[in-house]
Amino acid sequence: MATEFRLPALGADMDAGTVVEWRIAPGARVKRGDVVAVVETDKGAIDVEIFMDGVVREIVVATGNRVPVGTVLALIDTAGQAPPAAAAPAGTGAPEVPSVPVAATAAERPKVSPAARRRALELGVDVAQLRGSGPGGAVTVEDVERARPAVAGPAPPALATAGEEAPAGGMRAAIAAAMSRSKREIPHYYLATHVDVGGTVEWLAAHNASVPAPQRLLFAALIVKAVALTCRELAGFSGFYRDGRYEECESVHVGVAVALRGGGLVAPAIMDTARKPLAVLMDEFRDLVGRARAGRLRASELAAPTIILTSLGESAVETVFPIIQPPQVAIVGAGTIVDRPWVMGGQVVPRPVLGLSLGADHRVTDGRLGARFLARVAERLLDPGSL
Amino acid sequence: MDRDELASRVLQLLTAIAPDVDPASVIPGVAFRDQFDFDSMDTLNFAVALHRELGVDVPEKDYAQLASLEKCVAYLHQAMP
Repeated sequence: MATEFRLPALGADMDAGTVVEWRIAPGARVKRGDVVAVVETDKGAIDVEIFMDGVVREIVVATGNRVPVGTVLALIDTAGQAPPAAAAPAGTGAPEVPSVPVAATAAERPKVSPAARRRALELGVDVAQLRGSGPGGAVTVEDVERARPAVAGPAPPALATAGEEAPAGGMRAAIAAAMSRSKREIPHYYLATHVDVGGTVEWLAAHNASVPAPQRLLFAALIVKAVALTCRELAGFSGFYRDGRYEECESVHVGVAVALRGGGLVAPAIMDTARKPLAVLMDEFRDLVGRARAGRLRASELAAPTIILTSLGESAVETVFPIIQPPQVAIVGAGTIVDRPWVMGGQVVPRPVLGLSLGADHRVTDGRLGARFLARVAERLLDPGSL
Repeated sequence: MDRDELASRVLQLLTAIAPDVDPASVIPGVAFRDQFDFDSMDTLNFAVALHRELGVDVPEKDYAQLASLEKCVAYLHQAMP
């Protein structure tokens, strides 16, 4: 029996995507969790996983087509056996099945820089067919330019052809749409506090001095964990507000806002954050930021966050008043740690101070609970050994 | 490894962790941070790559020495056997 494989939700601000690469062909066996397609969205290329086991019967949407979330991309025989050859005829008007070799696993997949992928889309070049000349075999813009067909083949439009809008503009429009919706629908309240994190900064420096680079932690990882643990303790911050009601999520998936070098940002999730030891959490955090910037996030990671942390890093700005990403109901902000005069034991002394803030949803919580939440995050940060 | 080899190796590692950076555009004397918004995560990833690929473990207190291509090559040149 054939099951429809649809373009999954890609987060609040993305409602369509262009299939730029199929990693499966009819007859290929797939299993739950396999990356089967690469979809270009307003926020860059995203790996789309499949959530069923079976055999590919038919590719319904050919590469180059932009389709809305929920569109049937492929038909999968979930009974477990390949369809007889005679069962192959596609419905009339079905797009031509692209001749893509049965794909390598994600690990063997050539790296393609977002800029190269964008250019490939504009030129109608199939990046899967290219041999990359960049570092680690990465496909570069130059490789794409070299492979440019003499006459660019037109992509059959489904909704609209890709590339009719500058990607940066698409990213900006996507962010604007999500933030407008947020400000329109969510009665935000904001809270902010300052925390003397001197002890934690020292703890972190000592830890990082005692281990090689791959095991070092960033301060932001501590905040991620502190937020996740606090979500487990206080309800009303980690969940989704949909169809007029709030639902607390069973697992906490903290999304981390990652700024992209070309402008814009994405907020993929570190899955099941509260249960992960710091070392594991940090590894995943590092991997996530790397893939976000390389344009290799997974659809599931973008749709998963139950709350987001936005961290200003080394920007020298102390406080952020963060805007909630619907359907979430809270977002935590962290400023740059800066030395500030601080009163300790009746004396004014210079201390490294972190500005922590919370944007939360009045439909679910009030400032009183929000203040408790923020205070608990701060308390946890002061006891890094417990994270 | 001489300085030229080292520079090209460093560029390779840099673009492996930041594939959105065009290696031809890197200006040796300008900080990565000022050229392409290198942040603490990039620096950490860079240190991890140096550790893994070149066998050099750069302590956190020396991260400032990795700020630009020029500084990086100078630092690694004396740090490597």
